[in-house]
Amino acid sequence: MAFGAFATGTAQEQAPRRKSKIALILLLPGILYLALFFLVPLVSLVITSFQQPIPNGDIGEYQTAFRWENYTDAISLYGEHILRSFFYAILATIFALLFSYPLAYFIGVKARRWPLLQNLMLVLVIAPFFISFLLRTLAWKSILSDESIVITGLKALALMAPDAHFTGTASAVIFGLTYNFIPFMTLPLYATLERLDTRLLEAGGDLYARPAVTFFKVTVPLSMSGIVSGVLLTFIPAAGDYINAGRDFLGGTGTAMMGNVIESNFLVTLNYPAAASLSIILMAVILVMVVVYVKRSGTEDLL
Amino acid sequence: MASGAFAESGADLELVGLKKRFPGFTAIEQLDLTIPAGSFFALLGPSGCGKTTTLRLVAGLEEPTEGTILIGGKDVTHLKPYQRQVNTVFQSYALFPHMTVLENVAFGLRRRKISDPVGKAHEALRLVELDHLALRKPQQLSGGQQQRVALARAVVNRPALLLLDEPLGALDLKLRRQMQLELKSIQGEVGLTFLHVTHDQEEAMTMADTVAVMNKGRIEQLGAPADLYELPRTAFVANFLGQSNLFTGDVVGTTSTSITVDVEGVKITVPKARAQRHAGEITVGIRPEKVSLLTSVPDQDSATNTLGPGRVVDVSFSGVSTQYIIAIPGIGNVVVFSQNLGFGSVISEGAEVWVAWQVDHGFGLEDDPSDASRFPADTDTATIAVQKKRALMSELEGA
Repeated sequence: MAFGAFATGTAQEQAPRRKSKIALILLLPGILYLALFFLVPLVSLVITSFQQPIPNGDIGEYQTAFRWENYTDAISLYGEHILRSFFYAILATIFALLFSYPLAYFIGVKARRWPLLQNLMLVLVIAPFFISFLLRTLAWKSILSDESIVITGLKALALMAPDAHFTGTASAVIFGLTYNFIPFMTLPLYATLERLDTRLLEAGGDLYARPAVTFFKVTVPLSMSGIVSGVLLTFIPAAGDYINAGRDFLGGTGTAMMGNVIESNFLVTLNYPAAASLSIILMAVILVMVVVYVKRSGTEDLL
Repeated sequence: MASGAFAESGADLELVGLKKRFPGFTAIEQLDLTIPAGSFFALLGPSGCGKTTTLRLVAGLEEPTEGTILIGGKDVTHLKPYQRQVNTVFQSYALFPHMTVLENVAFGLRRRKISDPVGKAHEALRLVELDHLALRKPQQLSGGQQQRVALARAVVNRPALLLLDEPLGALDLKLRRQMQLELKSIQGEVGLTFLHVTHDQEEAMTMADTVAVMNKGRIEQLGAPADLYELPRTAFVANFLGQSNLFTGDVVGTTSTSITVDVEGVKITVPKARAQRHAGEITVGIRPEKVSLLTSVPDQDSATNTLGPGRVVDVSFSGVSTQYIIAIPGIGNVVVFSQNLGFGSVISEGAEVWVAWQVDHGFGLEDDPSDASRFPADTDTATIAVQKKRALMSELEGA
């Protein structure tokens, strides 16, 4: 003990930083994987986004060029869809957060005394994952269709106009997005709230903070890392989602999002440069929004 | 109390008929207690005695099952914690990890909309000599520094009543001594009422004006530290607050000023004024440092109790004093502390000795030894003396 006192401060520095080849070997598969399946497609995507049609060529035939007008065309043609995508995604993220926070708080904090209930509720949050994303969305389509009990019931109660629809509207798409991404919001929130030291909440009350003030001054800042990861995990896929907004699912003619536009450009009209430039725009906007958001929430450590 | 004003001075705390039951056990059986304004009051007891529950009831973190809590004459029993002019220094410190030290200290001031929270927070940090670390985060501080921040965070609000929940438990001995002195001086400076909960008897005795010894959800005895030590009323207090030699026997003689107890044929006399009961089977005791060791047969004297001869079975030297354990046939082990006035220990193990003490120094306990159950819990106060006696009897029979 006594000798240990002299050693403090030098002990850590003494550990030699040996250059180990093992670390490099272990990293190699990951690096190769990323290079092959992320970097190469990304470069290919950028190249495609500047391509131009081959003169007198077939539909879907393009040659390498630097046609930056692809981007301005995409923005002027699909500006509405771009805005709609982010509008829907932001709303879905907010609704998912409002729904998930109380749920995660209950599971992670209030239910600590009953581990069985805690586990049961976590299973219930995760259980929908066992069923395909497509199947769940289709199920909602039939639950919310005009002939369903829900809608006929609402109409019978005069809560909905007799000639109104739910599927095919913006509300239906936002509902679908919210529903499908709730587990992605709930689980990171649960993970941080589960570690919340409730003695700090007692301290807040002891220091004259009402429960609501304690919540916003103590609980929310302490669960910020969960909020940030939940928001990112929900917002990013929701902005690019094309299932919920698709006409075969919960969307209609006026609800197409960027994902739908990219899909139809790529698969229907075979306009690869337009699809590629839209994808790049989507990535760029998401990247900017995420960086701004993370900076503002003061959790740069996450990046 | 989000009023925006400090408490003018410390306030009385009054607990009337307080009871707290949790599912399955009773934490506080019945508590009536008055703590006068401006005093430093310590609740002392072993873990699980209900002292922390008492503190949490006063802070408003738990609701009492029955009874009333009055602070400064006002009934606060059903007020929420944030409505009470009470602050707590938590055992775990409970500093907000996402705020700087300064913001932690200013938190309560901001909630009550008190003017110049930052200035007052700096002032409180200067009081605990940590102002230079105001912009650090709590986890960048050492345990002792965090403890001082927790103290500043509570004191800065000038609460009518400051609750301290074993705040020095995590500190090392030297730092604890230093903090004890600091706490005491802060209490004097700001004139608050302090309620300090601890299991460390030395800490309670050095710091508090009044100590209440708690056991099994009740207060066993309450008084100034010196009074408690010199005249414990129960076997629990006699052994929790320092050590005691206890002897149990029937009262065989009574004079106007003293009573005499027969302990296995040996007569022990205690002053009537210092005995809680004067008839039947009672337990009497003497503090080890008041017992002197004699190497020759002492003269019988009515002002002195003498036991012996016995054998020294253990000698442990601790610098300031030496502890001797003397086995006296029929009586049991007697512990003697003797100051090291000369060099080293004078009497060696195995020596034949007599022990003696002045009648005036003895005390008689309130416990009824015959009430004790046959298989008592280790902390059961009433039976410590009986247990000792029984253990010795069986030991002697076996020998």
